[in-house]
Amino acid sequence: MTASATSPSVSPLLSMRSVSKAFGGIPALSEASLEVAPGEVQALIGQNGAGKSTMIKILTGYIGRDKGEILFDGAPFEARSPQDAQNNGISTIYQEINLVPFRSVTENICLGRESRRYGLLDWQAMHEQARKLLARFKIDLDVRKPLLRFNTATQQMVAIARAIGFKAKLVIMDEPTSSLDEREVAVLFDVIRQLKAEGVSVVFVSHKLDELYAVCDRVTIMRDGRTVKTADMASIGKLELVASMLGRDIAQVAKSATAFGDRRGRIGDVVLTANSLAAGHKVHDVSFSVRRGEIAGFAGLLGAGRTETARLVFGADPLQSGALSLDGAAIHPREPIEAIKAGIGFSSEDRKLEGIVPEMSVAENLTLALMPQLARAGIVDDAKQRAIVEKFIQRLGVKCSGPDQKIRELSGGNQQKVLLARWLAMNPKLLILDEPTRGIDVGAKAEIQSLIKELADQGLAVLMISSELEEVLEGSDRVFVLREGRSVAEFSHAEATESAVMTAMAHGDSDLVAEGSAS
Amino acid sequence: MKKTSIASVLSSQGVLIALAALILFGWLRYDHFLGLFNITSVLRYNSMFALVSLGMCFVIMTGGIDLSVGATAALGSVVSALLSPYGTMAGTLGGVGAGLCIGLINGFVIVRLRILPFIATLAAMLAANGAALLLAGDQSVSVSYDSGFTDLGQGDFYNIPIPALIAAILYVVGSIVLNFTSSGRTVLAIGGNEDASRMMGLPVNRIKFLVYVVSGGLSGLAGVILASQFGAGQPIEGVGWELFAIASVVVGGTLLTGGLGSVGATLAGVMLLGLIFNVLNFENGMGFISLSAYWQSVIRGVFLLIVVILQSQLTGRAERVEAR
Repeated sequence: MTASATSPSVSPLLSMRSVSKAFGGIPALSEASLEVAPGEVQALIGQNGAGKSTMIKILTGYIGRDKGEILFDGAPFEARSPQDAQNNGISTIYQEINLVPFRSVTENICLGRESRRYGLLDWQAMHEQARKLLARFKIDLDVRKPLLRFNTATQQMVAIARAIGFKAKLVIMDEPTSSLDEREVAVLFDVIRQLKAEGVSVVFVSHKLDELYAVCDRVTIMRDGRTVKTADMASIGKLELVASMLGRDIAQVAKSATAFGDRRGRIGDVVLTANSLAAGHKVHDVSFSVRRGEIAGFAGLLGAGRTETARLVFGADPLQSGALSLDGAAIHPREPIEAIKAGIGFSSEDRKLEGIVPEMSVAENLTLALMPQLARAGIVDDAKQRAIVEKFIQRLGVKCSGPDQKIRELSGGNQQKVLLARWLAMNPKLLILDEPTRGIDVGAKAEIQSLIKELADQGLAVLMISSELEEVLEGSDRVFVLREGRSVAEFSHAEATESAVMTAMAHGDSDLVAEGSAS
Repeated sequence: MKKTSIASVLSSQGVLIALAALILFGWLRYDHFLGLFNITSVLRYNSMFALVSLGMCFVIMTGGIDLSVGATAALGSVVSALLSPYGTMAGTLGGVGAGLCIGLINGFVIVRLRILPFIATLAAMLAANGAALLLAGDQSVSVSYDSGFTDLGQGDFYNIPIPALIAAILYVVGSIVLNFTSSGRTVLAIGGNEDASRMMGLPVNRIKFLVYVVSGGLSGLAGVILASQFGAGQPIEGVGWELFAIASVVVGGTLLTGGLGSVGATLAGVMLLGLIFNVLNFENGMGFISLSAYWQSVIRGVFLLIVVILQSQLTGRAERVEAR
């Protein structure tokens, strides 16, 4: 399974072999393997759902494994809980800083392993301990001050100091740089190098490819619950990394332009124009447009800012700069309701969190947003509601026992159809579909994809985001590539070959890269 | 799947079954339990709790909480007592108006300033409490007996106590609003998934604001009935009403996290808790045992816990079976 490019010369610190795990019969990890040498920094990468988190959770004792063996420090290892893992020398640092902001640095570091004297807390010793620990990373600060007085990077360092304690042998960092700016990242990298020099191993999860090259020795790539490749960072190119993550064979990326048909004749005027959108940490400079009857696709790696950009268009997050216009008129949606009134629909990538209301019926999930229009003197017109629900259930082929069935009882594909119907019933000009086929079985997926094309044929402007490159390439009239919050390239359907798009995803297109973007 | 339906029916109808059992028990054990006098006095007294619980029910269905209902009712009773010399209408409008004011403040603080409902309404509870005491000058305020104001709380309409009639009408209205209007469904959608509701463009802020205003208004109305029934505005009444209301709503099967709920079951919850009190009074009256009011409170608490535990067990089982 794992074709280890170079076996470490010394015996590995950690060795996970053929680890499998399924949730409710659905495999999350299949025969995944990971080997980390002492003092090695190893990158672990993969798309959403590739199995990185499951792997880490098993290692740190959050969840058990179904199959496979784990050797740590030369002995079989099974963490019963994260505390247990930590006591054995495996520490984890999460994306979100997990500390108590109002308490002092010392308390944040020593919480749970306080020094005691005569049964009381020995503050003197604890302050000293905290200072010593931070000094290891060349950080000197007043450990008595509350944590919230310090900036994010320092807080991150404190989190790392806490996690590492004095005896970590392996440190797992789950996207530690996502909330840091460039300077702070540099400080973090110094810490990682320091750890490495002390013989501590690091597993580094990140979606920013440049970072991997800056700090990692080797990389393990995961896809669909499997570890598909392990290689020395020095011997693998960005394009190959991306290709492995997406499961495309770099040798045969010649694209077959099939089955899409010529839709150019049906594409009309520009519906939405977005100019230099920017907001927060994730979106820096994104421009694109969508025309009537056109499916515009967003391609990009995780963290490229695709969803964040779509949320800006929909008013779900505040736009900091840039301009949007719909049908030629400027719009500034501050709430989803304003975008909806302007004629924009948005189907979220997270059906459970932002899509369905689980305890409500299919009918209600479909018509909730329409209800004010269905009401006569405040009372919802049941007959009208029924008619709409029946029409869409039939048109989209939703499989349910009836309009009154609770939506949570439906399969993912059918839930997605109901959510599509919710927007179609409102008759939007532009429909944004974020990962419209995620978590949906193959049959329903094809149905939804052809439905999207049908809708575009009828004149709807569609903006589609998908992490599956194939879906974007085959299903889009135009492809916009985003990389680290900037739009870096635009391709027509014919130009959008796998190699061209993947190159833009990995390196950015030099012609369009805005100044200051790292490449 | 048969087992599922039995379990889920039991969990949703648990309060009705408990209520029926309690009525049966009372009817068999006490001579006058189902007599006109007992029925009307139970209804008259509990109608105040019913009103407060109705508002609470809507608040909880959005996933919120309103701790200020008791203090608001006390404030409403004082204001209406003070205004009662100017007529029934003035007294009523004053009490309800005071409640609406508290509700408006709650809604504003929660929706616009984004303060957690628990904290916002706790603050409102303290403020309303203080305002009631200030207005009343630290004692109860006698209502005017000449203006007919007391009929509201003490009068009957064809043997039905007027406060019970008011509560019944409002429960019917509440049930219609919840089940047949878009606002009502939005209440449940917000409680069921607030993010999704926002993303589909439902007027989340407006509805959340409204439920607190309605809860305030209904609490004020409960205060009006309190003053009218007991002939005085009672600045120190209403303590613990919020807990009674929350208990009634929860016993009625409404999820504290929101999204699921029923107006009718809330009324059944109010009646259940009210009747436990009533039954204990009868028990005292029979002379076998003598329970102080404190014991009654303990027993009510235990009963509440039993019903809630039973429901969560049944619901949990129903869900486990369905998940399979």
